[in-house]
Amino acid sequence: MEIKVLGPGCPNCEEMKRRVEQAIKELGINATVEKVTDMAEIMKYTMSTPGLVIDGKLLHAGKPLPPFEKIKSLLGG
Amino acid sequence: MLKWIADTVVFKLFGLSPQTKLADALHFFVYDTLKIFLLLAVVIFVVSFVRSFFPPERTKKILSHRRLFIGNILAALLGVVTPFCSCSAVPLFIGFVEAGVPLGVTFSFLISSPMVNEIAVVLLYGLFGWKVTAIYIGAGLLVAIFGGMIIGKLGFEKWIEEYVYKIRTGQGSDVIKQGFRERLEYAKWNTKDILRRVWLFILIAIGIGGFIHGYVPEDFLTRIAGPGNPLAVPAAVLLGVPLYSNAAGVIPIVYALMEKGLSMGTVLAFMMAVTALSLPEMIILRKVLKPQMLGVFIGIMTLTIISVGYLFNAIL
Repeated sequence: MEIKVLGPGCPNCEEMKRRVEQAIKELGINATVEKVTDMAEIMKYTMSTPGLVIDGKLLHAGKPLPPFEKIKSLLGG
Repeated sequence: MLKWIADTVVFKLFGLSPQTKLADALHFFVYDTLKIFLLLAVVIFVVSFVRSFFPPERTKKILSHRRLFIGNILAALLGVVTPFCSCSAVPLFIGFVEAGVPLGVTFSFLISSPMVNEIAVVLLYGLFGWKVTAIYIGAGLLVAIFGGMIIGKLGFEKWIEEYVYKIRTGQGSDVIKQGFRERLEYAKWNTKDILRRVWLFILIAIGIGGFIHGYVPEDFLTRIAGPGNPLAVPAAVLLGVPLYSNAAGVIPIVYALMEKGLSMGTVLAFMMAVTALSLPEMIILRKVLKPQMLGVFIGIMTLTIISVGYLFNAIL
């Protein structure tokens, strides 16, 4: 699974990445997490950060962050 | 009902006798805490639900190639309902430019968004009543519309960082599909999220309010900075610009100032200066605006807010 966390580096984006990594660990799935900070790259997907892209598909954009359980279910847990 | 709870807590539970200053202050605190948190939870939930229909992608499409004035009015109104956090200001700005939203219209959006928001509205309503709330919303929209129009008229497109015009994402209005259930879920998260962030500020705000209500004599500040002093508005605004807080944090100060007899226009101008112009947002905006443009933006905002302050002092 290829996961991208989109965000220029605000606290929300860091928190999103932290939650995603935690979810991956708990679910025990094989996934790579990439933090995307390049604006042109972010904007291919959305204007609202933080964004969560899983296997090329935008599944979350903007505030508020999805709760931990929701992220787990987005990851297929 | 809420009054009954407050009565019970203050007079029965604490056994305070009515008409004392402490009872008065405590009663105010308990009653207003209950009232404001109930209001906040309901309003944030409803507003979040409504907002789920206005993702920035849709707003961008509505505002694309709008003419000045009509565009500015629309942008100011959409700024209120579009969910937007200042850390998304850069992608939003680029997206708007790419979609052909005029610069002045984009600014109207960026100005109204942080200034007129549901937390400010609920707190103002809870503490000051609907009249002040309506005035604040009206004033916020005025500042956003005219601030944006002036910036649009000046034609400072050259003072936008060049790379902004080069990013071509081709990103259309691709929005995550949401059903009724998802919208409700989103509203629930948002309500929890916001309450978790602001509850402490609000308790402090109400605490200060309760203290002032019970102890500080009225008309305390009136002599120094009341309607009689023509410099009160610019002084309040110049003080507010470098200060930064969200609406929840600035309300305690606003409340204290108002109870001590500062006039409405002065207090609203102060609140706007604090919420609309913030250092973190300026640092973020610097990524898309050249320093000259940032200076112009701050200057125009300051002047517009001062004018609105005078306007309200004059008509109220």
